[in-house]
Amino acid sequence: MLKSLSAAVSIALAVSTGHVAAESKSSVTIASPWEVASYDPAVAGFAIQKLQIMENLVDADTTGMLRPGLATQWKASDDGLNWEFTLREGVRFHDGSAFDADAAVFALTRAWEQPGVLKKAPITDIAAQNGKVVITLATPFTALPAFLAHATTIIPAQAAFDTEGKPKALIGTGPFSVSTFTPPQSISLTRNDAYWGENAKLETATYLAAGRAETRALLAESGDADIIFTLDAAGYSHLQHVDTIETSAVPIPRVVALKVNAGHAFFNDAKARQALSLAIPRDGIARAITRFPEAAANQLFPPALNSWHSAEIEPLRTDIEAAKALLADLGWVAGDDGILTRNGERFAITLRTFPDRPELPLIATALQDQWREIGIELEVSVASYSEIPAGHQDGSLHVALYARNYGVTADPVGAVLQDFGQGGGDWGAMGWENSKVADALSIIASTTDQDLRQESIATVTGVLQQELPVIPVVWYQHTVSVDKNLKSVVIDPLQRSYGLSEMYWAN
Amino acid sequence: MTDFFKSVFAVLAARGLQAVIVAIIVGIVSFAMMHALPGDAAYRIAAGRYGYDMMDAAAAEAVRLELGLDNPWMVQLWDWLGQLAQFDLGNSLVYGTPVVDEIATQLGYSLLLAGGAVVASLIIALPIGIATGLAPNGLLDRVTLGLSVFLRAVPAFALGIVLVLIFAVQLKLFPVAGFRGLENLILPSFTLGIGLAAVSNRVVRDAVVDAMNSDWQMFARTKGLSARLTLTRHVLRNASLPVVTYVGVQLAYLIEGVVIVETVFAWPGIGHALVHAIFGRDIAMVQGTALTLGLLYVALNLCVDLACRGIDPRERV
Repeated sequence: MLKSLSAAVSIALAVSTGHVAAESKSSVTIASPWEVASYDPAVAGFAIQKLQIMENLVDADTTGMLRPGLATQWKASDDGLNWEFTLREGVRFHDGSAFDADAAVFALTRAWEQPGVLKKAPITDIAAQNGKVVITLATPFTALPAFLAHATTIIPAQAAFDTEGKPKALIGTGPFSVSTFTPPQSISLTRNDAYWGENAKLETATYLAAGRAETRALLAESGDADIIFTLDAAGYSHLQHVDTIETSAVPIPRVVALKVNAGHAFFNDAKARQALSLAIPRDGIARAITRFPEAAANQLFPPALNSWHSAEIEPLRTDIEAAKALLADLGWVAGDDGILTRNGERFAITLRTFPDRPELPLIATALQDQWREIGIELEVSVASYSEIPAGHQDGSLHVALYARNYGVTADPVGAVLQDFGQGGGDWGAMGWENSKVADALSIIASTTDQDLRQESIATVTGVLQQELPVIPVVWYQHTVSVDKNLKSVVIDPLQRSYGLSEMYWAN
Repeated sequence: MTDFFKSVFAVLAARGLQAVIVAIIVGIVSFAMMHALPGDAAYRIAAGRYGYDMMDAAAAEAVRLELGLDNPWMVQLWDWLGQLAQFDLGNSLVYGTPVVDEIATQLGYSLLLAGGAVVASLIIALPIGIATGLAPNGLLDRVTLGLSVFLRAVPAFALGIVLVLIFAVQLKLFPVAGFRGLENLILPSFTLGIGLAAVSNRVVRDAVVDAMNSDWQMFARTKGLSARLTLTRHVLRNASLPVVTYVGVQLAYLIEGVVIVETVFAWPGIGHALVHAIFGRDIAMVQGTALTLGLLYVALNLCVDLACRGIDPRERV
């Protein structure tokens, strides 16, 4: 304890060499809202992967196209049950130990035992065979390589764990190694000169978690941080007028959606869910709250997911009168105070949401106001997001507003299968099942025939648009500000990488 | 001199006993409060660990199993007290890292910030308080009273942003946020220090006024001491007693009460960590942090007691 205390003091007392280094042109400072406090890939993998400290067997480009990572190639057996991953040779971890099949199997087995994407795949065994990694499945699952590109399946060195198997260090194979880790606020990186690929151009980089959007905007304006992720609307519009900074908004596969308990007597008819949808002022929300008018979600899957987004599908619209008519069809009659009643029951429901994404409570209150117009009394409950899966499990949930990332894996089939497959999902359908969708999803998950796959995707999106077990509200834009002198900055819509290894400073 | 050590020993013994009692009460109360919170702990811990993109009921059940959250609360409390008796605070339920490591790092940063804030407040409050105390109800006294009320009323969050805008963005004298070096300490210290000085300069002023109106001050002047010597030998020493006591109180408030300032300046302190731990239902972390803060109060009171005994010989006579 004393050691750490004195370390903290000495860092703070150290004369400002660090700050000067950040001003020179071989270092970059990234600021984002997400704190990192763990060495565990299952918990902190999202940051470890983005900072290129650890790598996956499979990599993905910004369009979600898979490409070799620590595995150079992979193939499935004819029955689709055995996957063989050939590993890259001559790769070393930051501590000098060799990356091999044993290291990969160790890391993947651990990931498989933890909550994470691998738990959602039909895996029965992970083993090392002749220097290759072999994964055995219970049923064919074509998205397996995409799952191995996910942040929770990064490969740490065995030395990163203590004797009890608890993670205790951040040791990977990536182009950057960790020089200082100060949880939960900051990670300092140094270039890994023994990297198997092309060495990074930057010598050092710093990641700073700044929880407040105001702080991040000020970091950008003062030049203390060179790249800022996730700005609030006010900060974003202010930074657009700062000369030294370039701002951009990149559409990402995250959608704000409403989960509706279709098992509830109020919502078991698709017409009721359609009425809710017709009374959502998507354009207004996109313009006034999230401030990107083009991001009003007229279907569930955003344009960033090009194989799931459809230009042909009939877009969702807003029409208060049509919503009222649908509810009247279902036997709802307006009472004296304007709230609908049916068989003596008031249309009073609770919406659960959470404050971690500051726009969600705002959208919830907009819905509260708008739904009142069609005679629905909505109470908004803002609490921990864990109340949503908890309410799904115990059946107490009416509607929930949340943000769902369908780009968690490069191939969204994993998340879609969880949300709309048999039995629905904690972050998807509730009390709703559709055999057409379930069948189509099992085809999508297992077929290698691209035409059949695309046809099945169209079936799924068509039914979801009509039945609305989950009602889309707005899509997300990833807001970023970058120092104009920093070159070769690529903003990854899948948020797998900050692209540090490519960046360099113009003179 | 032996009297002095006797009195110091008495203070140490009393505070030592107090520390043990505080540790037990804080441990049990924080445990009880965490268990009284609504909502399922396994779900909250899973949420804190995996984030909303990865958290679901299956993850919550895995957490429940891993941490033994199904055990009766008495078993859990007994386990924790048993660990505590061996000076083991356990591992963070959310991050899996030893609680003692987390607290050590964060407490170090918090103490640094609290110390910086007190120094900043003294730099401001002492000269102003002494000057206004020597000329009570003068123009300076009235102006600083108005300013004190205003600065006390401004939330630290707003003050911090204003200081950043002026000194970091416009003048580029200090960095905006983070903790790379000593220069990072200046703005958050003054953000907190200005708020503290707004009150403590009045405490200094009142103490000086009292001392200046006292009989012994009169006596010192009558026996022929100059005004300057009376001030430095008698007035300041007497006036420092309430000030030292008050600074002790402030320091305690600072170490835990700086959550917003820590968040604005991205400073990894213990207040920030405690709030996150409560949200994430990280019982081990909350207990460890509360315990540390409780003991820190005892230690601060001890320091204040000893300082007062050093300053004031009457306690030892």
